[in-house]
Amino acid sequence: MADSLLSLMTFFPLLGMLFVLFIPKDNDGLLKGFTLVVTLITFVISLPLAFNDVFATSGGMHYREFAEWINIGGFFQMNYNLGVDGISLWLVMLTTFIMPIAVLSTWKAVEKNTKGFMALLLLLETGMLGAFVSLDLFLFYIFWELMLIPMYFLIGIWGGKNRIYAAVKFFIYTAVGSLLMLVAIIFVYYYAVQSGADINGFGIQEFYKLDLPYNAQYWLFLAFGFSFAIKVPMFPLHTWLPDAHTEAPTAGSVILAAVLLKMGTYGYVRFAMPLFPDALQTFIPLLATLCVIGIIYGSLVAMMQEDVKKLVAYSSVAHLGFVMLGVFAMNMQGMAGGMLQMINHGVSTGALFLIVGFIYERRHTRLITEFGGLAHKMPVFATIFMIVTLSSIGLPGTNGFVGEFLALMGAFESGLRWYAVIATSGVIFAAVYMLWMYQRVMLGTVTNPANENLKDLNAREIVLMLPLLLFVFWIGVYPNTFFRKMNPALEQMLTQMGHKPAIVEVHNPVAAPAAHATEHAPAGHGHN
Amino acid sequence: MDANLVQEAIQNVNFSAIMPSLVLSVFGMVLLLVSVFSQRGKTTPIAWLSFIALVITGIVTLSGWNNPQAGFAGSVLLDNFATFFNMICIIAAALTILMSDNYLKREGYPVGEYYALILFTTAGAMWMASGTDLMTIFLGLEVLSVSLYVLAGFFRDQTRSNEAGLKYFFLGAFSTGFLLYGVALLYGVTGTTKIHGIAEYVAANSAASSNIMFIAGGMLLLTGFLFKVAAAPFHMWTPDVYQGAPTPITAFMSAGPKAAAFAAFIRVTMVALESMQADITAVFWVLAVLTMTAGNFIALSQKDIKRMLAYSSISHAGYALVGLVAWNEIGYTGIMFYMLVYTFMNMGAFAVLVLIGKKGEDNLTVDGVKGMGYKRPVLAIALSIFLLSLMGMPPTAGFAGKFYIFAAAVKSGYIWLAVIGVLNSAVSLYYYLRVMVSMYFKDAEEDFSWAVMNTGTAISIVIAIAGVLLLGVLPGPVMEMAKLAGF
Repeated sequence: MADSLLSLMTFFPLLGMLFVLFIPKDNDGLLKGFTLVVTLITFVISLPLAFNDVFATSGGMHYREFAEWINIGGFFQMNYNLGVDGISLWLVMLTTFIMPIAVLSTWKAVEKNTKGFMALLLLLETGMLGAFVSLDLFLFYIFWELMLIPMYFLIGIWGGKNRIYAAVKFFIYTAVGSLLMLVAIIFVYYYAVQSGADINGFGIQEFYKLDLPYNAQYWLFLAFGFSFAIKVPMFPLHTWLPDAHTEAPTAGSVILAAVLLKMGTYGYVRFAMPLFPDALQTFIPLLATLCVIGIIYGSLVAMMQEDVKKLVAYSSVAHLGFVMLGVFAMNMQGMAGGMLQMINHGVSTGALFLIVGFIYERRHTRLITEFGGLAHKMPVFATIFMIVTLSSIGLPGTNGFVGEFLALMGAFESGLRWYAVIATSGVIFAAVYMLWMYQRVMLGTVTNPANENLKDLNAREIVLMLPLLLFVFWIGVYPNTFFRKMNPALEQMLTQMGHKPAIVEVHNPVAAPAAHATEHAPAGHGHN
Repeated sequence: MDANLVQEAIQNVNFSAIMPSLVLSVFGMVLLLVSVFSQRGKTTPIAWLSFIALVITGIVTLSGWNNPQAGFAGSVLLDNFATFFNMICIIAAALTILMSDNYLKREGYPVGEYYALILFTTAGAMWMASGTDLMTIFLGLEVLSVSLYVLAGFFRDQTRSNEAGLKYFFLGAFSTGFLLYGVALLYGVTGTTKIHGIAEYVAANSAASSNIMFIAGGMLLLTGFLFKVAAAPFHMWTPDVYQGAPTPITAFMSAGPKAAAFAAFIRVTMVALESMQADITAVFWVLAVLTMTAGNFIALSQKDIKRMLAYSSISHAGYALVGLVAWNEIGYTGIMFYMLVYTFMNMGAFAVLVLIGKKGEDNLTVDGVKGMGYKRPVLAIALSIFLLSLMGMPPTAGFAGKFYIFAAAVKSGYIWLAVIGVLNSAVSLYYYLRVMVSMYFKDAEEDFSWAVMNTGTAISIVIAIAGVLLLGVLPGPVMEMAKLAGF
């Protein structure tokens, strides 16, 4: 069983989808219940990964699965090559964890064509999990594109008023990026073949060892980086995100924020950066600049939004800026902070979208001006909303703090010091737009009579928020659970990229970076 | 021909080298007789008989796998290469026939000759694929074309169909002229019309390859082929013909005959004209870009789905040309694989269109399929799968096919061509998506009750979906076959 755990986990939702197709389309309850069970079972299947201590001791790939898939001798070879390491571990867990929550959130929200919705959600889960565990670039690409189709339909069919525009924009943006990456993937493969390197299909572990000339790396990094930057999204390629987020149904927004955006950041960490380390050095200043612009710009635009959901969407642009800045720091603090911030963003922003969903289901509007004083009517909701808001801002004790702090610290320690300084102002902006929004929506007196009769959260809604809140505090108070399984893989990756990692034992997120403040990796590391 | 050659040809008669087309032609003639004696309007048995004929021919064809047969003094070579293309033509013809019966009845032309003509076209396509003499190829091309001219204009009371037939005929005849003149010039230089003979002559007399007559002959020959595969700038006939012809015939034209044309195209280019490789790849590089771009950009503004698919088929011919530019084994076997894939995905899409069209097919527009996803969910999913495959989205066959071709281009160092190719794919997303937007994101205005599923069309859609998904997820075996089919 352990031998094929990843396959089982990846394809179980797909299997579930096939069954969903045979459930009568009028049976709403059964469709939702069945999908919930499938996603829960998938989560249970993935649990052994989280509890396996091997990730804490070894940074390599585990749970390997390998089979020859397409082998046309002399032409090309692709393998079914799966594995998970500390980098993908928590992203996989985040995916299987967030899916049941997303399904629960549809209980009242999705009423038309439930069958299609559920089938697409399950297909999407297979795509996401497959992309995280693929070790063959070709296989990765298949899963990567597979995610696109269900999301396109989720936005286009169940989305808001402007859904068609948002769906098509989402699809075309993402597809253009990935198509260029496809050419780059093929190039890497044939370069490897022609240079006589020892390769294993499109296996990335073998590609890591390639000695690509700088000139090729430059273009390849551009292709990969462009594709992932669209997905992250990084300024100025972010314009599809607010549209997609705003128009998508709640479950779609949650998955989009929690998992799909992580594909971009994960893509950088797993593919673009380690495959083309020399070119990366050239691009870091540019990319870091874009991160900082994204942070500031995202925050400022978020501040001005009148639609809560759009505000959260723009806050995503800013948050992802922190993630990428941490990652581009190329040291342990930054990388670990960035990786953790990916999870945090998934938890907090996922939760925020759920919260927006709750009030939208009650009032069918998301305009801030329509609300005010909700805290009086919905005390439980107010509490949960407050916790999530604070976590999104990054208050110490919540998850957001650990990730953002480490990411910024890492950047400060590296050659990106001034970028970090400027980016830090984004933390303040975050507090401004989030708290201001909270104030306008929740506090004060009820001015709009439509809000007089709002009901507080029901049991289902509380149940689906609780796991998220648990992780808000868990990561906030004891992040080491996550760091210790992440670090060996990150160290290995940094070493491989030619950097001597500053090894950080992150027990206390506040103390750790300070203790190692003296040691930082040089930027512009000399490569020929 | 002098007496010796005739003698030689007679001695070299080898019927097993033309067995598939022979079987098919005999069936075609039988069908003609049967349709004379059958009652007008009762064409269903004839349709099934022609389908059986194709199945039998398919079995005969496949039995020749790995058993190359040469015959008729080197005019015909039934190798794996030909067999592979023959199978594509047979599959295309079979799918066409499956979707035709109900269609012809709906449109009011239930005539048996239709099926016989399809069989003859297919037989012609087979000669093209297995021809190793320019004259055999020409013969095949003419048999194929003449039948197709008739089929394109089959609805004699419809102006559009007449226009299609006539336009196809005039331009087709014109391009045949180019082709023949090219053959004549090549014969003038090399003294032979045999593909391998030309290559041998040029190898022995290197001066020949820079002979202006040789170059002109080669270019004229290629022009003829480029017309047949609808490559820009020789694509102008395609939209009108594709839109006007009966829909199953449009589907067939875009798959079977095009594949056959590519078969002859590849053989002639890569064997007979190998000495001109540098010039040809340079020209084809430009033509491939032109074809992809013209097809995709004009398709963007089409409202009629048939016409849109016509332009999209131009762009797909452009992708296939990329495989020729690459000029390596991956490239041309990639074209073979792509043609097979294209047969499934494009004919599948047309099969759905045939089903949802009303008499006269004026409703086959982007707006005409509004809300189909809710009224006819199964058909809409099928059409979506075909469209996604045409876009080249994994895990469909369209992706595997494009990957194969672009891999060839990258391997030969044509990175920019591959980049232009994928960017073109990106453009194509928009117009394919438009159909899906209309099907799923718009509310239905009609109930699509006229679209009644029938056995034949259902089988053709199922076969096409199976092809698209199987070749997408497990393309290995067929890719391997394509590789073995290299000459």
